[in-house]
Amino acid sequence: MSTPFYVSPEQLMKDRADFARKGIARGRSVVAVQYADGVLFVSENPSQALHKVSEIYDRIAFAAVGRYNEFENLRIAGVRLADMRGYSYDRRDVTGRGLANAYAQTLGTIFSSGGEKPYEVEIFVAEVGDSAEGDQLFRLTYDGQVADEHGFAVMGGQVEQVATALESTFTERAPLADALAGAVSALGQGEAGQRIIPTRDLEVAVLDRTRTQTRKFVRLTPARLDALLGERGPATPGERTSGDGRREGGGSSVPLVDDPADPTDQVSGSVAPLEDPTSGEPPIAPPT
Amino acid sequence: MNDSRLPSAYLRPGTSSFSDFLAEQAPDLLPGTRAVPQGNAGDLAPHGTTIVAATFPGGVVLAGDRRATMGNIIAQRDIQKVFPADEFSAVGIAGTAGLAIEMVRLFQVELEHYEKIEGSTLSMDGKANRLSALIRGNLAMAMQGLSVVPLFAGYDVRADQGRIFSYDVTGGRYEETAFHSVGSGSLFARGSLKKLYRDDLDATSCVEVVVQALYDAADDDSATGGPDLTRRIFPVVQVITAEGGHRMPDDEVAAIADRVINARMARPDGPTAPLTGGDRA
Repeated sequence: MSTPFYVSPEQLMKDRADFARKGIARGRSVVAVQYADGVLFVSENPSQALHKVSEIYDRIAFAAVGRYNEFENLRIAGVRLADMRGYSYDRRDVTGRGLANAYAQTLGTIFSSGGEKPYEVEIFVAEVGDSAEGDQLFRLTYDGQVADEHGFAVMGGQVEQVATALESTFTERAPLADALAGAVSALGQGEAGQRIIPTRDLEVAVLDRTRTQTRKFVRLTPARLDALLGERGPATPGERTSGDGRREGGGSSVPLVDDPADPTDQVSGSVAPLEDPTSGEPPIAPPT
Repeated sequence: MNDSRLPSAYLRPGTSSFSDFLAEQAPDLLPGTRAVPQGNAGDLAPHGTTIVAATFPGGVVLAGDRRATMGNIIAQRDIQKVFPADEFSAVGIAGTAGLAIEMVRLFQVELEHYEKIEGSTLSMDGKANRLSALIRGNLAMAMQGLSVVPLFAGYDVRADQGRIFSYDVTGGRYEETAFHSVGSGSLFARGSLKKLYRDDLDATSCVEVVVQALYDAADDDSATGGPDLTRRIFPVVQVITAEGGHRMPDDEVAAIADRVINARMARPDGPTAPLTGGDRA
């Protein structure tokens, strides 16, 4: 029997953190901006079916970057927790803070337990209040840390560039069109300069307190986005940096391949999102 | 509270049904699972009564009176028995009010939960079947007098029309054409609907038809409440079209009810229908 190498706890935690951070940095960014009527989420996501931003409850939304199956699990758990609490108490008793706490405890426990792989995810939990003072935006990291963000927040890859770009245009309580234009142009900021992200590749949703329905979450359709963004100049599909194989422009010609053995590649090919890519087995029994 | 981590069952991929999840995680919260001692408990709790629904080209109307009774006592004058289930459907309940309202609450969460988890809404038939399952879970209670019989109506976005489903206590689901009613005054309401309903109504005249039907039900059934003129309490009316559903504002329902009552001042039995029909042909 061989003696295991001694690894200091500091090193162990650092390795786990590096592992999670690398996974997160590989994806595209998600931006959350507080605007006059609530909270706006913008991300670049060519898929129409796999969402990065979703509704949790009446006034609460969820956005995530990182590994899809991990944050999808957390999203479903959040919906279940919120619906369970709202059903057993009252709809008003479901709060963003409570949900953020549950996520923080979950991520923290998984991160520090030796048996589990740390989640490679970063999450926003936002809640919209009756007035702008009541709006809350929490950022949760892979290790269970919670930060209360104000104004705007960015997570995912290229955080610094996007955040710097956003900071220069951000104004408090801006109207939706201005906040959206600022967020979209910040997301287009890359090493090779500014590019125009086509509206069909944008996933945009808002928590809008002015909605009359109790459910304040609404997705903005490409048609609505076109109307809000107006003329943005010609899309420049030629302008992209494809050195690392990451798709940068609107229509990349670099074919990305799905490698089932590589858990970190960005393409899922024809494999359904929660399917085991190596065995091809569907993870869920079909609902009866 | 030493472990506030999300329970592992919450993180397990699986069902998109909230009631299935509840059955697994917190079965005590399900309406139908409580043990009730032998005997008839039907007289212990308030009962809701008449619900009517009718379709019109482009939508459907669901309306209920406001009375709840306990034996010969009027338990509540302004109870709400018609609820939106989601954007395009509504459910009206007759039977034991407490259980029925709890069932509606569960049904509302059930539809919203599916929508959030799956990212798409259930089909109209899917919704009707889920409600069926909830009623079936209540069968043991129904055997002891605590029955719940809903009427489910909604706009089917795929078929582009309003649809109505009725149920029995065993969860049997039956699709109705044109109009239907449930509850103690339903026989009188249905007789009225038969004479007044036609298939070219618009939304407002369809509401007028159901208000007439509720008036006729209240006229002959003591458990159904008529329009309460002194307290200004009028039926709850849910109108659902392709644009979604909304509860008709009280002042609009009041205007229609006032019109109906004024006409009944002259003829208490309500409008007359032609003897042989075919007058529109």
